Amino acid sequence: MSASNKRLRTPLKNARGLGSAKDGTHHFVLQRITAVALVFLSLYVVGLIISLVGDDYATVHAAVARPCNAVLLIAFLIATFWHAKLGLQVIIEDYVHTPWSATVLHLANIFICVLAALASVLAVIRIALGA
Amino acid sequence: MVTSILHRATGVVLALGSLLMVCAFLSLAAGPEQWAHFSAFARSPLGFLILFGWSWSLAYHLINGIRHLVQDAGYGYAIATFVRNSWISVFGSLLLTALIWVLAMMQRGGA
Repeated sequence: MSASNKRLRTPLKNARGLGSAKDGTHHFVLQRITAVALVFLSLYVVGLIISLVGDDYATVHAAVARPCNAVLLIAFLIATFWHAKLGLQVIIEDYVHTPWSATVLHLANIFICVLAALASVLAVIRIALGA
Repeated sequence: MVTSILHRATGVVLALGSLLMVCAFLSLAAGPEQWAHFSAFARSPLGFLILFGWSWSLAYHLINGIRHLVQDAGYGYAIATFVRNSWISVFGSLLLTALIWVLAMMQRGGA
């Protein structure tokens, strides 16, 4: 530490990147990780949907039940709702400044995204296990 | 500027559309009858409108999202490049949407 540094914080504190939110770049990094995953997963899901256009119930059910498809669909669903939760959070933070509205919207965002992810993943598992 | 707010708008549309996707999986898991209800809705004019809007939103958010990742890496900030990449996002998304629907129509014709 140089003698001209008049701050009481050590350089290590800055290097760790934890501000008052105690969160650092975690949100930013996760948004990008899920984004990169979704580049591939969303193209795959669009391809899967196109391949099933016009098919009947049994064919679609069997396609989703195939282990490879089931695993990738579950990965897609988790990445989607994680990415959606992070993105909607930023939009709420940017545009909603009324304390109660902001809190209610943040909670609704988290609850709806988590429930949607759980419900859809459970549905895919039920299909994959032959329900 | 427009591409930035469009990225957010399409993100919100995709989040809402994902809830419909949950309905799709739930009805597929629930059985043939519920699935028939869902696919009837998807084939209705309103369902087509939603699917079409959803596919363009996905195409735009995907291409512009890749652009954002490139910008995160520090590239594409020169004004000329920035403007050119904006047009790539806009026209690329229209092209990708058209491709999706042409393939879907071909699949339907072939099935």
